[in-house]
Amino acid sequence: MDNVLAAGLLDFGSIYRFFDGFLPESLDWLAYAIAGGVLAFIVVNAVILSVSAFTWFERRALGRIQSRLGPNRWGPFGLLQPFADVLKLMTKEDTVPETADRPVFNAAPIVLTAASLLVFAVIPLGHESFLGRLNIGVLFIVAVTSVNTLAVFMAGWASRNKYAMFGAARGVAMLLSYEVPMGLAIVGVALAAGSLATAAVVESQAIPFFILQPLGFLVFVTAALAEMSRTPFDMIEAESELGAGYHTEYSGIKFAVMQLAEFGAPIAQSVVIVTLFLSGWRGFDPVPGWIWFLVKVFAVLAFLLWTRATWPRLRVDQIMEFAWKGLFPLALINLFAVAIEIQLLQNDAGRISTQGYWIMAAVNWGITLAAIVAMANLLGQGRLRRPAPVPSALANMQAGSD
Amino acid sequence: MAIRSEPVTVNLGPQHPSTHGVFRLRVTFDGEEVIDVEPVIGYLHRGTEKLAEGRTFVQIVTLTDRLDYVAAMSNNLAYVLAVEKLAGIEPPVRGQYLRVICAELQRIASHLIATGFLAMELGTFGGTPLMYCFRERERILDMFEMLCGARITVSYMRPGGVVQDAPDDFWTALKDFTSEMPGYIDELEALLTGNEIVLSRTRDVGILSDELAVNASVTGPMLRASRVLWDLRKADPYEVYDRLDFDIPIGSVGDTFDRYIVRVQEMRESVRILDQCMAQIEPGPVRTDAAYFLRPPAGDAYAAVEGPKGELGFYLVGDGGISPYRCKIRAPSYINLEVLRDLLVGWKMADLIIVFGSFDIVMGEVDR
Repeated sequence: MDNVLAAGLLDFGSIYRFFDGFLPESLDWLAYAIAGGVLAFIVVNAVILSVSAFTWFERRALGRIQSRLGPNRWGPFGLLQPFADVLKLMTKEDTVPETADRPVFNAAPIVLTAASLLVFAVIPLGHESFLGRLNIGVLFIVAVTSVNTLAVFMAGWASRNKYAMFGAARGVAMLLSYEVPMGLAIVGVALAAGSLATAAVVESQAIPFFILQPLGFLVFVTAALAEMSRTPFDMIEAESELGAGYHTEYSGIKFAVMQLAEFGAPIAQSVVIVTLFLSGWRGFDPVPGWIWFLVKVFAVLAFLLWTRATWPRLRVDQIMEFAWKGLFPLALINLFAVAIEIQLLQNDAGRISTQGYWIMAAVNWGITLAAIVAMANLLGQGRLRRPAPVPSALANMQAGSD
Repeated sequence: MAIRSEPVTVNLGPQHPSTHGVFRLRVTFDGEEVIDVEPVIGYLHRGTEKLAEGRTFVQIVTLTDRLDYVAAMSNNLAYVLAVEKLAGIEPPVRGQYLRVICAELQRIASHLIATGFLAMELGTFGGTPLMYCFRERERILDMFEMLCGARITVSYMRPGGVVQDAPDDFWTALKDFTSEMPGYIDELEALLTGNEIVLSRTRDVGILSDELAVNASVTGPMLRASRVLWDLRKADPYEVYDRLDFDIPIGSVGDTFDRYIVRVQEMRESVRILDQCMAQIEPGPVRTDAAYFLRPPAGDAYAAVEGPKGELGFYLVGDGGISPYRCKIRAPSYINLEVLRDLLVGWKMADLIIVFGSFDIVMGEVDR
């Protein structure tokens, strides 16, 4: 894959040039459209396949964590389970509530899925991404992932269901809040990399950015958990409170598409995390870059799965409190620290040497530990003292029968 | 300027993932905040008390299985105690020990369910702690199967003892269980007790004051979580509880966290009781030869046990016939629900679910 992309065979520009060679001069627009279609087909199918693989992995791993087996009926180790699920959902009746706002109701799953699919266009799997070297790749990611806020609200509002509306209202509040620390953490990355192009961000990571700015990494991962609305931030769905939350009224293939988006989101976010903080495709030499990339994405996914399997959910006001009182200051601290360090350490060309990166890393680890300890003391439950259990005077077992 | 919003009335249940069966709450929300709660019950009403009037005293044991269906042994025990009081039967000591063993195993099983579902309502995806709880509960149900062939609806107890003695396998299984259970409880606590999210969700949420608890005649772990030291096993010992040494755990403020931690500690105490029972039990008969068509003299009797949910009592009126004239059940789940509204108003929707979950009600008992 690395070679294919590096040789410029699979990015938009080369596909366009390939078709342009066959077509007369006046049909440039057709070559353009065909290239777009081919690229979309490749990306969408690759993502859908990896989502099916991920659902299988997630369900099997959850099963192991919960001391049960997980799906194991269809195919070896239950590998065909995702296909069986999709086939089942396709054959189900697609119901739309009578009072629903039909156009919006029908559009919501598409908007939701499109958002998580688009992210893959700018992720560098080798030296190039599917869209070539888009120079605002990081900005593109931020813009595209925030569309799911709109989609969640569309789904909840158009359903005309109280539970869905609760989920949507929570979703908008939460997703908007967590975009702020997420964006600030990304600014730290962009400062250190000196570029907004995803390929340049990866290339500038002489040491992975999670070592360089651990605080930004932690803030970003936490905010990403919220953005994909997984535990401990899964209150949009909150199955024990809202049933299914914003997609309560969806059934059949629309539900399948929503599930695709829901399981696509962790993959999209992991890919972003790997690109921005775990030095993307970079690794040691005999192993090709795309294997490094996949291994890192898998590691992040496994971590996300682990948190999902073991942590309970926060309450809606606690989630907002955590975003604004916890993550927002931490992201600001990280941003200021990185900005000042870069100002002090950069050379005349505006670049930072690898040695400078290590100095930054050392300082930032100290700042991270201090900031997190301080934050935990300010916001954590450890500051609350509980009284010792003293029996109430209202009843006394030893007083004889009464 | 304060933002004004319109109240929304939502039906929580009877079909809802966390209403413990078919409980229905008509809740009025102001945004996320609960401003009014109206419980609607009766979706599982089967007329148990009336059915009992048409059955013999022994047949009614099977009805009691279906009250609190996650704690059938405790129901059996409360009922047979009432019948024995009415008929003046004294069960043999080995039978009493076996009943205590069953009741304590059942208490562990019931508390495991309560804790596991509370964890699930807190939002652990797919209920990892719940699955851990079920793994241990499975062993208890296996032991019940050894005793009487049934796992849930056991009908193991009879007026005058238990239906049959325990097989040898049972004692090995019980010994293994009591030696391993403290480790399993540690595992469960490692997952939940110190967890920052669990603490912030449960601490100081839904505080039940000791005064309200006593006035509303709340019983069981809920009462003890509200600092009231009251346990029928100590306050009015039945069976062989006066020969056993155990502590009564109480909470410190009466919030949801206390209701959770009291149940966990009670499980540990139950394991202690089981160990002592195994050491003390001696061979002998397990059942008196009381007649199948028992004809207690006319009169009435009330007997109560400290069930997993609270004081479970049976009030029987006999007219000298083979079936009771009246059978009244004091169901702790139902009476504990009395304070629901006081605890829920003013809290958020997510709190509503976990406070309600910490009540640990079973609809079979609420509706009867």
